[in-house]
Amino acid sequence: MSARRTFTRPARLAAIAPYLWMVLFFLVPFGFVLKISLSQTAIAQPPYLPVFDLAAGAGAIKAAFAALSLDNFRLLVSDDLYVLSYLRSLVVAAVSTSVLLLIGYPVAYGMARLPRRWQSVTMMLVIVPFWTSFLIRIYAWINILQHDGLLNQVLLALHLVSAPVVWLSTDSAMYLGIVYSYLPFMILPLYATLAKMEPALLEAAADLGASPRTAFWQVTFPLSLPGVGAGALLCFIPIVGEFVIPDLLAGSSSMMIGQTLWLEFFTNKDWPVASAAAVVLLVLLLAPLVLYDRLQRRQLEGAR
Amino acid sequence: MAEELPNVEAAPAPKPEPPVAIAPEAVVTEPAVAADMPLLRIEAVVKKFGIFRAVDRLSLDIKAGEFFALLGPSGCGKTTLLRMLAGFETPDEGRILLDGKDIAQVLPHQRPVNMMFQNYALFPHLSVHDNIAFGLKRAGMARSEIDSRVAELVALVKLDGLGKRKPDQLSGGQKQRVALARSLARRPKVLLLDEPLAALDKKLRESTQLELMELQRRLGMTFIIVTHDQEEAMTVASRIGVMDAGRLDQVATPRELYEAPASRWIAEFVGDINIFEGQVESREAGRLAISTRDAGTVIVAEPRAPITRTVVSVAIRPEKVKLSRRGPVSDAVNAHAINRLEGTVTDVGYLGGLTVYKVKLDTGAVVRSSMANTARLDIDAYSAGQRVVAWFTPDDCLVLEQ
Repeated sequence: MSARRTFTRPARLAAIAPYLWMVLFFLVPFGFVLKISLSQTAIAQPPYLPVFDLAAGAGAIKAAFAALSLDNFRLLVSDDLYVLSYLRSLVVAAVSTSVLLLIGYPVAYGMARLPRRWQSVTMMLVIVPFWTSFLIRIYAWINILQHDGLLNQVLLALHLVSAPVVWLSTDSAMYLGIVYSYLPFMILPLYATLAKMEPALLEAAADLGASPRTAFWQVTFPLSLPGVGAGALLCFIPIVGEFVIPDLLAGSSSMMIGQTLWLEFFTNKDWPVASAAAVVLLVLLLAPLVLYDRLQRRQLEGAR
Repeated sequence: MAEELPNVEAAPAPKPEPPVAIAPEAVVTEPAVAADMPLLRIEAVVKKFGIFRAVDRLSLDIKAGEFFALLGPSGCGKTTLLRMLAGFETPDEGRILLDGKDIAQVLPHQRPVNMMFQNYALFPHLSVHDNIAFGLKRAGMARSEIDSRVAELVALVKLDGLGKRKPDQLSGGQKQRVALARSLARRPKVLLLDEPLAALDKKLRESTQLELMELQRRLGMTFIIVTHDQEEAMTVASRIGVMDAGRLDQVATPRELYEAPASRWIAEFVGDINIFEGQVESREAGRLAISTRDAGTVIVAEPRAPITRTVVSVAIRPEKVKLSRRGPVSDAVNAHAINRLEGTVTDVGYLGGLTVYKVKLDTGAVVRSSMANTARLDIDAYSAGQRVVAWFTPDDCLVLEQ
């Protein structure tokens, strides 16, 4: 009996550890953000009211709770700026994810069908950009896309255009940057599902009269759907909250929610509204997150 | 369903493969007469992987309605040959004629041939019904017709009530049946079976073998099975081709293969056998006297094909070696016991239906004898350490030249 107890205690601790992590680094900070989102702006340090002061006693804390309000959320709904930011974020994420899927799927498919030796080489090529800082790579794109940048020079040299084209600060540049940055996150889960597919299944499909095209749509594609789901959500969720790429590559005419958040937080110093925007963003992303979690779990069960 | 009975009578004895003398080109030159054209003709087919010849100028005819087994150790090229019939590999040389048409270059999805895969290769995302219907949908069959054909197949392989299950909700035996039904659905001219029973446990495998035979007889379809299990090949097939190193060493009925193997290698590969090497000493009245080191002089019946070499092997199956106690022997023993070897029982392996004895001869060699346990009480049994006479008739001996 005692032997069993000494065995289970570390095991139980190990099981608790991830939850502890979640509570410490997600739930507690989120509690702060939620509280700030219910507060009012103030010219003070910190720049919002009320402030919980545990030393002031129970009465003060009760008063502080009473001072909380949903005003900031009402503002978010009433002002077009926020609604449009959310919409733009969702549209950008949806379009980018679609483009990523269209590019990533053929690449992953090709990788999975290469001889084993070449698979690890191409895998390396997909991962290698991570060795350079993300910011440096985006700045490199600015260099390429700017007025006298590499792209315009090549186009001019090839006489494809007669005058430099404006690339930078356009939506095209932003989409290019997003697709470029997120492509590995699309390719890797797709490759993982495609590579573990039994080649005999395609032979069986061919044997039963399916042309290569039919075999792809009837067998390969349906079996790769978990990878498609994982890749799509792995890209969609962070792209919705993307800040750096639209800020550096897109124009300033419309903003994604990440940029709006930044603006509220650092320029307007309106922490409560910024927090409210962040809370809404999280709620918006909850649905795809739950979906992703479910897909992951199903894949784990399938692997068993 | 067509209830035509296939002609399953034993195929005529094939001409014994000439040892090595004949140039491989000579095998090819049989003229193809349309009238007695076999269903499937494999002509001098070669498949190379790099410099390795997986299939090496192999020729074979298979008639409609045959249950043919390709038997050989792993790596002998039998699976490669089957994959060429299915279209997954393309021969480097030679022709594969199905109904007189060369299909060697035809793509797999355009061949009237279906295959049952070794690990079944069931589509994990499709139900049992949809797996079986897969090939029918590709053929553009009407939905109602597909449903009735699938129902028919589900009943045929005894999977009633499981149509909605996914493959991972099935047992090994059930998966095997789904794979079989799926490969039969398109009513192929030839059904290829790649080690179809390898994943089943012994009991299930044996009952499935019998079902497979019955099914083949009922459907009158041509089956080609690849297996490394000689018992399985002997059980199910009407004809067996033994393959080694990319070539067919012998094509024969199970009985011929067992009782008249073409070479020492086949004799040892198919079943258990005692082998004594020796030299032909004399021949008279249809009998050869062969002097062996291990068993003294053995008298054997002279084989139909004349013996050309002096160094030969005498081979005898264990169940043809009888044991007797020493001392006065019965008349039956006297009448036949031209070959008598004295020795001591060293090992007794009781297998239920029969017992396998190892007898250490006085020369030091070991002879195996298996005796059917025809009586429940052990009156006829021998025990280790007992002195016995192992005897066998000249007709039961094989003379092998290689």
